[in-house]
Amino acid sequence: MAHLPILQVILPLLAAPLCLFLKRPKLVWLFACVVTALTFTISVLLVQQVTSTGVISYELGGWAPPWGIEYRIDALNAFVIMVVSGLSAVVLLAARTSLENELSSNRQTYFYALYLLSLTGMLGILATGDAFNVFVFLEISSLSAYALIAMGKDRRALWASYQYLIMGTIGATFILIGIGLMYQMTGTLNMQDLAERLPEVAQTRTVFVSFAFVVVGVCLKLALFPLHLWLPNAYAYAPSIVTAMLAATSTKVAIYLLIRFTFTVFGLSFSFTTLPLNILFLVLGLLGVFVASTSAIYQQNVKHIFAYSSIAQVGYMIVGISVGTAAGLSASLMHIFNHALMKGALFLALAGVMYRLGNVQLKSFQGLGRQMPLTMAAIVVGGLSLIGVPLTVGFISKWYLVVAMIENGWWPVAILILFGSLLAIIYLWRVVEVAYFRAPNKDNESVKEAPLGILIPTWILVLANVYFGVDTRINVQIAQMAAENLFGVAP
Amino acid sequence: MNLSLETLLQLSIALPFFAVIAIVATGRKPNLREGVSIGTGLLLFYCVVMLYNGLKQGADIQVQWLEIIPGLGINFRIEPLGMLFALIASFLWIITTVYAIGYMRKHNEVKQTRFYSFFAIAISAVMGVAFAADLFTLFIFYEVLTLSTYPLVTHAGTDKAKAGGRVYLGILLSTSILFFLMAIISTWMVAGSLAFTAGGVFAGDVNLVLAGAILMLFVFGIGKAAIMPFHRWLPAAMVAPTPVSALLHAVAVVKAGVFSIMKVCVFIFGIDLLAILPSTQFLLYLAGITVLLSSLIAMRQDNLKARLAYSTISQLGYITIGALLATSAGVIGGSMHIAMHAFGKITLFFCAGAILVTAGKSKISEMQGLGWQMPVTMIAFFIASLSIIGVPPGGGTWSKWFLLMGTMETQQWALMVILMISSLLNIAYLLPIPLRGFFPKDSIDRSAITVNEAPLPSLMALSLTTVACVVLFVYPQPLYELVQAILNTPGVANGQ
Repeated sequence: MAHLPILQVILPLLAAPLCLFLKRPKLVWLFACVVTALTFTISVLLVQQVTSTGVISYELGGWAPPWGIEYRIDALNAFVIMVVSGLSAVVLLAARTSLENELSSNRQTYFYALYLLSLTGMLGILATGDAFNVFVFLEISSLSAYALIAMGKDRRALWASYQYLIMGTIGATFILIGIGLMYQMTGTLNMQDLAERLPEVAQTRTVFVSFAFVVVGVCLKLALFPLHLWLPNAYAYAPSIVTAMLAATSTKVAIYLLIRFTFTVFGLSFSFTTLPLNILFLVLGLLGVFVASTSAIYQQNVKHIFAYSSIAQVGYMIVGISVGTAAGLSASLMHIFNHALMKGALFLALAGVMYRLGNVQLKSFQGLGRQMPLTMAAIVVGGLSLIGVPLTVGFISKWYLVVAMIENGWWPVAILILFGSLLAIIYLWRVVEVAYFRAPNKDNESVKEAPLGILIPTWILVLANVYFGVDTRINVQIAQMAAENLFGVAP
Repeated sequence: MNLSLETLLQLSIALPFFAVIAIVATGRKPNLREGVSIGTGLLLFYCVVMLYNGLKQGADIQVQWLEIIPGLGINFRIEPLGMLFALIASFLWIITTVYAIGYMRKHNEVKQTRFYSFFAIAISAVMGVAFAADLFTLFIFYEVLTLSTYPLVTHAGTDKAKAGGRVYLGILLSTSILFFLMAIISTWMVAGSLAFTAGGVFAGDVNLVLAGAILMLFVFGIGKAAIMPFHRWLPAAMVAPTPVSALLHAVAVVKAGVFSIMKVCVFIFGIDLLAILPSTQFLLYLAGITVLLSSLIAMRQDNLKARLAYSTISQLGYITIGALLATSAGVIGGSMHIAMHAFGKITLFFCAGAILVTAGKSKISEMQGLGWQMPVTMIAFFIASLSIIGVPPGGGTWSKWFLLMGTMETQQWALMVILMISSLLNIAYLLPIPLRGFFPKDSIDRSAITVNEAPLPSLMALSLTTVACVVLFVYPQPLYELVQAILNTPGVANGQ
């Protein structure tokens, strides 16, 4: 039990090369599923351990921090680890069926290896308590993500992957520069150490610059408006499974990093009092919500619609962070969990459409309400959750976010947040109307319901959207605990 | 059967919902499918009547389902106002189903299974609204009602239906998310409770301007009450098949709106606080303007269903005025009008549907002389019109009487005048229809016309609701007692 923090990173890391030995796609898929399921089990155990006994500190190789690398699991990263490993596991269930039509069988082995590597990277970022280690894992997860995106059937996937590569590398480099400057000023890379030593040198220009580099670098990775340009195409042209995985997990990891650096490493008073990060985040977050939602309304490719919607949802999370209160932060954390469920469900449903139709253009959706009733119902329920209709997880996030705004006296922001939901209604209803009110296209008349291999994982996530919208013990309580812990450390 | 009242309460929400499974399963056998609908309706009505008896004997019936967020959950509790609403809706569901059998078959409507399924879900949502114990529960079922009626509005699937559905969903969802939800969260933040409480939840020293602003949010947010300028969805919803317009857009959906406003006024603000809020006056006049303007617009409509829709908007304004007057007479009048208008307007819609399927006419100008072809329908239309106008022998007489009393008590002379003018306008836009039906402008050869009425189930349904209009005039006692019980709840009418 004591080795759990490292086990959940090592497991997929070791499993990834093993994939290459198992030649048959079905076998590799089974193997990868077992690995992700195990990782998810470990993450649940971690959450249990953290909520009952508090922070877990694990010394890698027995070297005591700050010399050795420390893995430090508190409520915050245990929560996000659970989201990431859980979603990766469910999405992977759909992979075998979905890849049949999207990837030639001789490349599928590589796909699973890369998928596990990407997961390793994300879990590493989440688990580690060492700033440089963050960079290492960031590169692991990013490089494998670039390769995964490039596997898309559409030739434009290459270009999208290349764009992401450039932007992602700039982001990672910025983070590295920031970390380097921090090291220069404090002589340590351990986050707890940094948090102690940075305040002594907080008024130096070097620390300001390092902060700026880290924040901009992370914001590039999490696609905060206006640094979001890489995201829509990367999501749209990647294989459907990759889109679902990226949308459900990778931006969440970046948000985690942002929270970790601003709240733990630099500290609340530095980020929000010395520097006007709250105003900056508030404005960019709201702009992100409105610009991205409006763009979503005008898209013709359904993957693009949901990709822009993801940027908007990131905006909500940033707004929650910008308040600088425990209530706002916990609302953002809940939205990490809830948004992962919504977007996982929606993009898996799109994987089903992709499987049957070979594309996800809006005009091809004509008549699908009749032909693929379960897939379209999944989109409707996932969409309602995205809008924030009661009894879905989306409502829970909206509720806490608005309450946090009002508590802080930000009435206009509260209204703007609700207004953002209206834009979501518009872009979703375009999809619903086409699917339910148009007669099928001539060449789509024989289309049938998506295969069970995709349908089952999709509906697992759809039902989770409803279940966690009603039984909020996990998503609300752990998020609140994590937020309060962060504020307890840095009052 | 020996079911506890709590079980009955849960059954009355669950029954119509689970009836959907049976409706879908029997989809290929229309007779069986409609049998399921009517059977469920009868069972539901039985449950509600049992609950009514329990309530009369003074039982406090409440159930908690879930707690979603600490302090917020799905809770039900029965009180007289909700009882009234549930009785009306469950009773009229049976009648409407009978009517729909005749209408939908004669009209050769498609996808009838889907129609009956969503209809049942909508009724389930109405029961949830009626029995909700707090604003949060009310809001959830309010939204379910909006979403479940969307497929009914767009039933025809044509471009026109789609456009209507867009307006319908657009206005109802946006007002509810933007204003209603905001009002609920604000109430939660200011008062710390969302439970419907006799005398209101706000503390005595609440900031009046803030509470006034919240009241505005509520009145605009409850878009189903169709207060101008958020009334456009109701005429837009008229693209739906007539049974939908009849039950949902004359009874269930719109009454869910005014019912929610009534609940908010009496049990969230409390009539004492309501009377001194700065925005009450403004909202009263806004409701008055809605009454007057929509009556005027109704006069200009040649499409019968559109005219009835604007008439509904105007009558909803009466109920909102009743709630906002913040006096006993206003609450009694408004609550009674929920019932009176329900029976009157559903009859009118039934008639409109009967005329459409039998004579194929939807324009008023084409209905001259129709009375000799469809005498029962036209007489029913005449009687129901009288009830809407508020003259004997229609039940609407009583509710309008109390509403006028309310305006006098509070010395709202302008409103009193508005209500009276509006009643005159009601005469002007409703009565010519049956009168011209029997006495057309150009004389016609009566011997050439044979009586050709709507299908028997439809005819039975509309006769029954017509009789109910008259019965409510002759024997309004049970209704009055039920409404009076709202005010007898301790704490509701302290200051009067």
